[in-house]
Amino acid sequence: MEIIMSVVIGFLFMAAVYLMLSKSLIRIIIGTGLLSHGAHLLILTMGGLGGTAPPVVADGVSISDYVDPLPQALILTAIVISFAVTSFFLVLAYRSYQELGTDNVNLMRGTEDND
Amino acid sequence: MSLVFLIFLPIIAALFIPLLFKKIGQIHTGWFVLVVPVILFIYYATLLPTTMDGGTRVSEFQWIPSLDISFIAYLDGLSLLFSLLITGIGSLVVLYSVFYLDKKREQLHNFYVYLLMFMTAMLGIVQSDHLITLYLFWELTSISSFLLIGYWYTRDRSRFGALKSMMITVFGGLMMLGGFVLLSIMGNTYSIRELISQAPELLGHEFFTWALVLILLGAFTKSAQFPFYIWLPDAMEAPTPVSAYLHSATMVKAGLYLVARFTPIFAASGTWVWLVTGIGLFTMFWGSFFALKQKDLKGILAFSTVSQLGLIMSLLGASALGFHVEDAAGTVFKYAAFAAIFHLVNHAVFKGSLFMIAGIVDHETGTRDIRKLGGLMSIMPISFTIAMIGSFSMAGIPLFGGFLSKEMFLTAMLAIAEFDLFSMDVWGILFPVLAWIGSVFTFVYSFYFVFHTFAGKHKPEELPKHAHEAPIGMLVSPAILAVSVIAIFFIPNVVGDWLVKPAVLAIQPFMYSNPEEIDIHVSAWHGANTEFFMTLGIFAIGALLFWSFRKWKQAYDAFPDSVSLNRLYDSFMYLSDGGANRFSAVYMTGFIRSYLVYMFGFVVLIVLSTLVITDAFVLDLSNTAPIGIYEIIILIALVGGTITILAAKSRLTAIIALGAVGYSVALFFVIFRAPDLALTQLVIETISVALFLLAFYHLPKVSKKEERMGFKLGNAAIALGVGITMTLVALASHSQKILPSISEYYKETVYSEAGGGNIVNVILVDYRGFDTLFEITVLGIAGIAIISMIKLRLNKKEGQHENK
Repeated sequence: MEIIMSVVIGFLFMAAVYLMLSKSLIRIIIGTGLLSHGAHLLILTMGGLGGTAPPVVADGVSISDYVDPLPQALILTAIVISFAVTSFFLVLAYRSYQELGTDNVNLMRGTEDND
Repeated sequence: MSLVFLIFLPIIAALFIPLLFKKIGQIHTGWFVLVVPVILFIYYATLLPTTMDGGTRVSEFQWIPSLDISFIAYLDGLSLLFSLLITGIGSLVVLYSVFYLDKKREQLHNFYVYLLMFMTAMLGIVQSDHLITLYLFWELTSISSFLLIGYWYTRDRSRFGALKSMMITVFGGLMMLGGFVLLSIMGNTYSIRELISQAPELLGHEFFTWALVLILLGAFTKSAQFPFYIWLPDAMEAPTPVSAYLHSATMVKAGLYLVARFTPIFAASGTWVWLVTGIGLFTMFWGSFFALKQKDLKGILAFSTVSQLGLIMSLLGASALGFHVEDAAGTVFKYAAFAAIFHLVNHAVFKGSLFMIAGIVDHETGTRDIRKLGGLMSIMPISFTIAMIGSFSMAGIPLFGGFLSKEMFLTAMLAIAEFDLFSMDVWGILFPVLAWIGSVFTFVYSFYFVFHTFAGKHKPEELPKHAHEAPIGMLVSPAILAVSVIAIFFIPNVVGDWLVKPAVLAIQPFMYSNPEEIDIHVSAWHGANTEFFMTLGIFAIGALLFWSFRKWKQAYDAFPDSVSLNRLYDSFMYLSDGGANRFSAVYMTGFIRSYLVYMFGFVVLIVLSTLVITDAFVLDLSNTAPIGIYEIIILIALVGGTITILAAKSRLTAIIALGAVGYSVALFFVIFRAPDLALTQLVIETISVALFLLAFYHLPKVSKKEERMGFKLGNAAIALGVGITMTLVALASHSQKILPSISEYYKETVYSEAGGGNIVNVILVDYRGFDTLFEITVLGIAGIAIISMIKLRLNKKEGQHENK
């Protein structure tokens, strides 16, 4: 399963980077969203997908049966932060479109006189 | 009283200057400032008897003990002499500035803060026994000099001069730091005293010559030696009190101090003698020759300072010869060090007064152009008298202090001709000859300065102001200096015993152990010897040249401006500025895509090369989880969603597909037994999609911009590279577990230590509570940023520029 997951993670990263390199602001934001999904799955896979019980203490479950809780804790933090970043980007895109009238990042380039 | 504290007294006083300037503006701030150097001068003067007996004072203050860095104030004869010059001339300059700078029009708080900062820096240089703090103070003088030269910062020339002096002296300072580090490696200590005590062992070290050259670069740039002197004439844009203080009496002498201080370490080296004496003497000749070309009063004085600094430098170089001669204390080689220090004192005194006179002339006539000046003798009689005393001392005429040290300079230079080491027996004769030529030109420019300003025909129509004598307060400081010039001539041995001999002891500890052993008696007349005839020659030829100056001054036009050192500096600055701009413009395109390409490109490059170099890639297929049917279905949904995003033409499709991908990830979390993640992901994904829809309502359509094929292919190549890299990383990290995971500890102790059941939650709020705290902080920052962005409106107003 980990092998397949690794390939899928690679695919997610690829799609995310491709989107982020485009000129349209919307595609860039979607790209960052995909990138965080890929990163979350990467952390999960790194810890191993084995384990038969969710990481909640219960009677009759031996310690080795729990799923690794550390990647989950890290991902939980990451999900919240990626949400913050995504919403920040969205407002940034909305406001810059309002002010500048374009969503093409190439046209937003600063010039010598107007840095 | 702690000596270290006294070093910092001026800068502590500087803290109160802005307050005094703002609150008590009707009294000139300079009066408050004056107290500081006067107190310090009096205190340092009380230490004179200590150093006269060869004693020293040390006080230490730990600064960074873990790095073995501390402020060590070490006062011996040399340090005390410099401290007295700094505070003494400093007091007079502050007094002078009270009348020179108008309290209503000038930014006095800036000026005096810089000046006091400089005073601390300078005292720090001459008293530090620790190499690193010495370097610190050294750079602080460069910075305060920069600020003071650029004090009238609205003038282009001021900013240019400030930058030039900073570039050159900081370059030298960095070189010197390199030399210091080498020295500390060689001697395994930062203390100059300890380094001096192990000088013989240092001599054979492989770094010795490197350290020597690097430290000399620091000294030569600071003391404006050839070819680094070019910053000093441009530094004359500073207010005249600054020129008198920094650029003649104190800061430019820091290089001389450095050479004097390190003479005991490097004296044994022939390279040292040749470099210091040779460069010094050549600078003396060069500066005196080009002083006559100048049209600006302060320009003449600047070149004259360069020349005089070279003279003292060459004497310091010659003082190292005493190391190589048996019983040097009894031979002619004993004079060099004494002459160096003696002339240093003389120069500080007469050059300080001359700068102040130049400032007075500028202040009262409105110009410093010597072609417009003339005939001021009857209008400004007191200034004329002071200028004449200073100039005659500089020219080396009897009845003035400069005569004595100039004679001794010739004696020391003649002694070099008799020296027979380091091929001096062949080239040695050049030294007295060059010294003599330099002295002739010194004589001529001294007369040029004073008589072309004060004698001749008065040209009131060319002066911007109606000329008149300066107010009495402005004349006090130069008058005190002028009186000292004459006093030195009549009591040279008092000066010698009190100031010079203790300092000589610090330069030549290999010859003397006590100042009283120095058997030098200064007298104005010592028979009709070679020096005497050389001096007569200087007067005769000098007077002749001065008299015929108008006839031969066209000779200076033969030197083309286009190949000067200044041009070299200008084109270097221009090229480095333009070159750096062009170079960064090549990759700093302003396109976000370019920067992302660099980042992703380097991620691929660095991660892959690390994998290859450290041989980290391992593929281990055992210990994998089984492949289940639900996982495969979700995977297909996930990949399908991603492809849909890539291909989507409308924004709604893209949003929905992104939502699908997010929900698939949530389902993954369910399957891989991560209930908390699944819950969070579902909530967040729902809000995200709602936010996207909200924002997209305002945003333009996802338009397929005219993106060229090459552009797309390039993106695809980088994207593929990143994808493959991440796959490899994921595989490699799964296949090898080198360190045991800390999760085992969490699993075992979650109930016993933290009293919780949900391991993930306990990790977040307990074991790694700070992580969560900062996560919340990030959320808060994002929230503030969002609010401010919504409120923000682009300001179309034009930016202010200081030149506009």
